[in-house]
Amino acid sequence: MATTTTSDGKLLGLWASPYTTRVQLALKLKSIEYELIQENLQNKSELLLQTNPVHKKVPVFIHGDKPICESLIIIQYIDDTWTNGPSILPSDPYDRAMARFWAAYIDDKWFPLLKELGGAQGDEARASIVEKIFEGLVLLEEAFVKCSKGKALFGGDNVGYLDIALGCFLGWIKATEIMTGIKWLDETKTPGLVGWAERISSDSSIKDVLPEAQKLVELYTMSAGLEKGASN
Amino acid sequence: MAEVKLFGSWGSPFSRRIEVALKLKGVEYEFIEEDIYNKKSPLLLKYNPVHKKVPVLLHNGKPICESLVILEYIDETWEGPSILPKDPYERAMARFWVKFLDEKCFPAMWQACWSIGEEQEKAKEEATEFLKILEGTLSGKKFFGGDSIGMVDIAANFIAYWFMLPQELVGFEVLTKEKFPKLNEWMNEYLNCSIIKENPPLKDKLTAVFRARFQAVSARVLLKRDRRVRVFDDVVHVEDVVEVGEKTKNDTVLTGVEVDRESETNSNAIQRGGA
Repeated sequence: MATTTTSDGKLLGLWASPYTTRVQLALKLKSIEYELIQENLQNKSELLLQTNPVHKKVPVFIHGDKPICESLIIIQYIDDTWTNGPSILPSDPYDRAMARFWAAYIDDKWFPLLKELGGAQGDEARASIVEKIFEGLVLLEEAFVKCSKGKALFGGDNVGYLDIALGCFLGWIKATEIMTGIKWLDETKTPGLVGWAERISSDSSIKDVLPEAQKLVELYTMSAGLEKGASN
Repeated sequence: MAEVKLFGSWGSPFSRRIEVALKLKGVEYEFIEEDIYNKKSPLLLKYNPVHKKVPVLLHNGKPICESLVILEYIDETWEGPSILPKDPYERAMARFWVKFLDEKCFPAMWQACWSIGEEQEKAKEEATEFLKILEGTLSGKKFFGGDSIGMVDIAANFIAYWFMLPQELVGFEVLTKEKFPKLNEWMNEYLNCSIIKENPPLKDKLTAVFRARFQAVSARVLLKRDRRVRVFDDVVHVEDVVEVGEKTKNDTVLTGVEVDRESETNSNAIQRGGA
């Protein structure tokens, strides 16, 4: 293997974490070289604790001697700093506001529902969360229609902020589909998102970065414990 | 018809943030007072169908929601003093701290004011920890934004009134001059800077609201606290059940049951050495 050239930065992350995937997507789009350091969350490195003393979480992007934390903040930093490559955020302030609004919605309201589903007890509780997830997807479908303005992606012709902010979850969305048997991205309910997901998953600048759904299922099953024997 | 409208509420710190930002940029706007507790207007629900909250900025008929999103929009749209720094790294830091304020500080400080019993004690400890972190970021600076107020100062507005007033009313001491000299100095500077001084939130009105809330809260009594552990499908649920009541003239009446649940997989629990 050839000796590595000076990389532009270090990324402390976790292959299975969608928030790490987000940053990797942004770095790939801008063709930024970086060193990926896999963290073990049960045994966090000194570097992680030093560079993110407030939250002690991944991802952390270290550019030179400057650490930046929180995935969406890192992406905006990357967009502000590497101005030669394609823009991640839209240029129009209103479109930027929409992108920020929906990214916050995904993080604060929608993805937590998927996590909640994992811990739900009883059919009624599960059904209620499933309903909320679908309601959220309908909202995201509307967002897609508004933001894409008839084009292929949230960012229009090119991968943009929301494509990254939601696209990073595709691995986990598919993994949850496999584990629950529920088809989250359904053509009859959210055709726009279905088409979008297919395009993102096959986009050459993205597909190698997205974690494989099957590997995520294996990881989840392993950590959920195999006392019961065969998976459901 | 005004080009810029703001749907807000006099008592909401999030709404006040936007007013400060608009005034900083010298933007003229029409303020529409929303009755957020009793009846939200059809227009608010139309412009913010997702969250149904204030503030909502309407610019040329297009709505923008969520105070932090609005602040960035204002900075990008209008000339005038910068709300966010120009340097990309400083911008990232500003965004980091406002997120910290909204996701960690504000909830903990709110709970410290308005919860009771053990929940309040826990919240006070958390709030103290977060305030220590904030205190550290003020080293050698007049404002979080440096020499003049910026996004972090605007976002930290809830500390000055929405925390300090209840702290005084309820009678606990989390944010004291002795423990947090820099934050106290920051508050004085913040409240004295012209943009804030000319447009203070209505202190008397806020105090009255907080006083009424305090009276309601202090009538609350912790009746019972129970912990139960349930295992369902390989997931361990630990539930803290709290029964609260209200003291009336002759009796204490049960008014609510709160369940705080933490769940984790059996294998994680075993790894941790838990039940």
